[in-house]
Parts: sequence; C-alpha cells; structure tokens
Amino acid sequence: MELTGAQILCRFLKDEGVEYLFGYPGGAVLFIYDELYKQDAVKHILPRHEQGATHMADGYARSTGKPGVVLVTSGPGATNAVTGIATAYMDSIPMVIITGQVPTQAIGSDAFQEVDSVGITRPCVKHNFLVKDVKDLAVTLKKAFHVATSGRPGPVVVDIPKDVTALKADYVYPAEVEMRSYSPVTRGHGGQIRKALKLMLGAKRPMVYSGGGVVLGESSEELRQLVQQLGYPITSTLMGLGAYPGTDHQFVGMLGMHGTYEANMAMHGCDVLVAIGARFDDRVVGDVKKFCPKAKIIHIDIDPASISKVVKVHVPIVGGVKEVLGELLTALKSSEQQADKAALATWWEEIEGWRAKKCLSYDNSSELIKPQMVLETFHKLTNGDAYVASDVGQHQMFAAQYYPFKDPRHWINSGGLGTMGFGLPAALGAKFAHPDETVACITGDGSIMMCIQELATAKQYGLPVKIISLNNGYLGMVRQWQEFFYDKNYSQTYLEALPDFCKLAESFGHVGMRIDKPGDVEGALKEALALKDRLVFMDFITDPSENVYPMMEAGKGHNEMLLRELA
Amino acid sequence: MRHIIAMLMENEPGSLSRVAGLFSARGYNIHSLCVAPTDDPTVSRLTLVTREEDEGIVEQITKQLNKLVDVIKVLDLTEGEHVERAMMLIKVRATGARREELKRLSDIFRGRILDVSNSTYTIEVTGVGAKLDAFIDALEPKSILEVVRSGALGIGRGTKSLRI
Repeated sequence: MELTGAQILCRFLKDEGVEYLFGYPGGAVLFIYDELYKQDAVKHILPRHEQGATHMADGYARSTGKPGVVLVTSGPGATNAVTGIATAYMDSIPMVIITGQVPTQAIGSDAFQEVDSVGITRPCVKHNFLVKDVKDLAVTLKKAFHVATSGRPGPVVVDIPKDVTALKADYVYPAEVEMRSYSPVTRGHGGQIRKALKLMLGAKRPMVYSGGGVVLGESSEELRQLVQQLGYPITSTLMGLGAYPGTDHQFVGMLGMHGTYEANMAMHGCDVLVAIGARFDDRVVGDVKKFCPKAKIIHIDIDPASISKVVKVHVPIVGGVKEVLGELLTALKSSEQQADKAALATWWEEIEGWRAKKCLSYDNSSELIKPQMVLETFHKLTNGDAYVASDVGQHQMFAAQYYPFKDPRHWINSGGLGTMGFGLPAALGAKFAHPDETVACITGDGSIMMCIQELATAKQYGLPVKIISLNNGYLGMVRQWQEFFYDKNYSQTYLEALPDFCKLAESFGHVGMRIDKPGDVEGALKEALALKDRLVFMDFITDPSENVYPMMEAGKGHNEMLLRELA
Repeated sequence: MRHIIAMLMENEPGSLSRVAGLFSARGYNIHSLCVAPTDDPTVSRLTLVTREEDEGIVEQITKQLNKLVDVIKVLDLTEGEHVERAMMLIKVRATGARREELKRLSDIFRGRILDVSNSTYTIEVTGVGAKLDAFIDALEPKSILEVVRSGALGIGRGTKSLRI
C-alpha cells in the first residue's frame, strides 16, 4: 500500500506498539502532525519544552522498560532535546527520538530552523540515522527501535527531512531487521562463568556490587536468588537501587561518594568482588588506585567496552546480566563446592560492626525540618511502593539513602549526566505508564525551576504526581562542596529570588502546600497522598545547613569517608 | 606503542565522522587514517595508526570502535605479522647537476618520477613510514617544494583475511 512518509511513520508507531509519543510540533514536522491528528492509536503528549518531552519519554522508559518515543521539529526543537538525549545516553535508556529536518534539497544551505541534528547528537546517541529516501523510512525506524532496545540500550535519533514525510512509498511493517554490523552478545562464556563461580565460592570476604544493568536487564529476580542462596552482602550503585530489596538484611546500602559506611568499608575489605551490570563510575570508585585493594574482581556486563575500562578485572564475563545470572544459578545448583559458611559468618560480624556506626543517623530533634526526615516519613507512608523520580542534588542523594526501594524501575533519576530539571517531567512520564500508582518527584528549589513549565502538562493530562520539594534556599550540593573545599565561599549558590511555590503551583491549577515545622511533615504528606486526583506541590522549608553524609571525597578511597558528627 | 588498526564498516555517509568523533571525544591519539570503499562497494575499509603508551587504552579503542553500529569488524594488525605501506608524492627542485643526482636517489628508494618540469621532479615513493622519512632526510631541505603523504595501509600476512 502506498503511503506518505508521515502516514508511514504513524502506521509504523502503531504497528510497533508505541503507546505514547512525547512531542512538540513545528514547521518541519507539520505533515507528521497532520497525520497524528487523524489517528488515535498513538497518544500524543504535548509537553511545554522539548527537554520536557525527552525526560517524559525517559521516565516512561525507565519505569516500564519499554522504549520512550519523542518527536520534535528541526533546529531548536532538536537542540532543546539534546540534554534529554544525553541524559538517556549516560544511563543507557532505550529511546527513539524523531527529529524533523528541513527538506533534503535545503540541507546544508543554512535554511530556517536548520541544524545538523545527526552531527550534534552523534556523541550522545547509541546510533543515529538521516532518512534521505521515503522508501527507507520504515526499515530505518525498525532499525532504530531494534538498536535502542537491544544489547546495552540507549537513545537513537532518526532525522527525517520534511519532503520525505510528504513523498510516497509502499508500506509493509518490517517485523524484523538484519544488521550485519550489529549483533550484541547476550550469552556469557561458559568457561568464564565456571571460573567466576569457583572464585565466588572460594571467597572468605565476598561482596556483590550491582548496578543499573540489573534493572535494565530485567534480572532483579535472578540477582535476588543468587545473593540469597549465597548469603553474601550486596551493595548497589545509585542506578541499581531497587534491583535488590533495600530493607533486606543482606543489603548494606548504596556505595560510593555518598554510600553507607558499611558498604564502602566492605568494598575496601572484600577479597572477591562480583560486579554485576555496573560500570565502575568515578562516583562509585573514588581513587582507582585505592579501589578494592585486596579483591579479585568478577565483572558481568553486556558491553565489552565497560570491562576493564576503569578498573582491571580478573574474570570478565560479557553477556546479558539475566542470561549470565541464570547460568550462574544453574551452575551453583549442581556445584559440589558451597560458600564458606564459617568465613562468611566472620565477615558478616565485621560488617555488622561497621553497620553499628549508624552512619545515616541525623539530628532528629532539630526545630528545622531535616530533609532526611521528610523522606523517611514518605517512605513509611508509601510502604516503599511509590515510583520516585528525582532531580539532581542533595535531595537526590537523600532520596537514595532514605527511601529504600523494594522493586526495580521505581527509582528514576539522572545518575550519569546529573541533569537538573529531570525530575518533574520524568515523574510525569512514569505517571502515564502507572496511572494507579503513587508517583512522586523529589526535588529542590534549584532543580524544580529548570523544567517548571511542565506543571502545565501535568494539568492538561490530569497527572496527580506528588512533588516533594526540599527547599533550603540553596543549590545545596554545590553549597556543600563550597563549604568543604572552597573556604565557604558560597559563590552563586544562594537563590535569593525564589518564587512563592504554592502560588506558582496554584496558578497552574494545582494544590500548593508550604510546610516549615517538623511536626507538620507527616500530616502534610498524608494530606497530599489523600488528594488522589490532584498534583500537590509540597514546599518543605528545610534546614539550609544540612549536608549529605557519609562523603567520600573525589580521589579518596572507600575507607576514607567523612561522617556526620552528631552532638 | 604504535598500533595499526584495520576495520570494515558500512560505506555510508557519516561513518567516518563516527570514527573520528570517537577519537576526539575520548581523547585518543590518531596519527594517520586511510579510508576507501573495498571490492564490495557497500563496505569501506579504514586503516588508522595510533600511538598510545597505555595498552589498556588501545584495548578500549578497539572495543569502542567495535561498539560503533556502522563498524562491522575491527582488527589490531599489530597483534600479528602484517605488511604495511604508505605512499608519498614529493615535489623537489631539480636543476642542473641536481637532476641526475635526484634521479639516482629516487632509484635507490625505488621511487618513480611521475612528473617532470624544467626545474622540478615529482617523485612517488611507497614503503613503511620510516622509509619515507629516510627519503626526506636524504634530500636537501631547501630542495623540497611540496610533500603529500598517505596514512599507512595494512594487511595481515598469510592466509588469514579480514573479510565479512
């Protein structure tokens, strides 16, 4: 059947099973919008900024595992989307971003709203395409979805010139595509797996370090089984939280720069480290030379380039985390050797000694609201079941530390790129996917202003997310670094002209609450949660001097943490 | 250490810039680069030379290249026996008695004189980089008018081939 490029695109999205398209119209995509108008299979969502569109698609993708799909126009539409694309790239989130382009004959002529979208996005996408012939459109779109969702996932851009959307070609849905240059490995090497198991079972002080790859690879169940069968301690990166239940005894908390004392000390002391779907990020590792000095390291990752990139490992296993963990479980079942129970008991005793430091305790008698207390209370009230999207800063770390996640895909944050403004649109994206669940946005007075316009999108689509703003009047994380390392020169970190957030939320048609006493925190959260069909903006006025502890400074080892001193 | 890396990739617009962009974005050294379509017009072969002290970085380079979606196969030729060649075209001032001497010098290096004018020769020399350097060193610096060099091309010795 002959269809125009715009019709092919709409038909393809329907055939691909795309539920939501987060997009913003403009000149180069007018034919596409005309076709979108005539169909209802794909629900189009209109954000208020292209950055918002990408973060919404991202939040949808993170909370479901399905690819997020974005449509923007050429020029500024594409450049505004770049921050969201880079955010998804750094965290390996499957997304397909369709960018309009000026007509083929105008490319290179500095036409109105022309930018080299393929060139601009190249360093922050898994792959990108420019479609020059309408006959290639359907296959290219299929390739984009295939590349975005397979192997180590990531964003893929498809740039479509305007004339291509008007010209006609035959359309058949390409159910599969062949790409001779792209075939990600999923099965791990059997010999390496046996070697890894032997090393793991021989450990006296084992440690499991799990990352975002476990969430992306849908292998939370396998991870739980393996860790529980072995009885080993487990820590998680920021991106991996929820893959293993945060309240389970074997979970020693997050590791790294703001990791728990017990997690970091156990990293430093372990003799065998099992890294699963984690990439040894600098915020996790600290000083490479001081990293796990006594450990033999096993690394399971789907991306060969992640292995030995930062830290040399002893047993690399390239493969899908789910497949490899499955094979490890099978091998463990038939193994004669078992974990060294006596050594493990001694190791746990040592870990319990570190845990007894209670490194996350804080002054809960303060007359000011402590941000930690807000999150602990929110956790208690939601029973750890909420989807929590976060912005970037101190509040992000507090959320990671004080909201122990039960399940994967519930913690939605920009870990790699650290994009302020991510939280609100990402929460909205997650809410589209989970309309009946509690979805919260943990934010601060700095971050929330970076995508505040999406309050209008929330109103338009009736998305009752709960915004928990920890308002300390500062760019708190930057202020913390200035306090510690820059002589308390609070350069440009005091936000002197904050708006009245309640009135702001109300002006968008939402509910605003201002909470400034510790005694009111629980009541306010309860009230907000009870307002099931309203977006509630909770402006918590928190202690401006509070810092995130423990802290492992950049360039330090895991055993060199700064801890909170309580009077 | 110097590494010569050969790869096959889709002959598509933008493929080369993905490779070049990877090197600049990750701060890898790139000393020379040669690229052209192969006997299969849908496939390009790219040969690049890099100098990295840290062997870990060389490993990362091949892994990151393999990760590029357009790249079909990557081979570090330095890991095995291989043959390599680069080409140089060099225009030199050739007048009077110098004309005969330059002809002899060119013969010693198995060069070919491609173009002659009443005061210049344009000589083609092929070989490994060191041979081309040696030819330049053998010339009087003042007589060199223009130098154009290709990057290295490489191919493994024996029956093994880098093919799809």
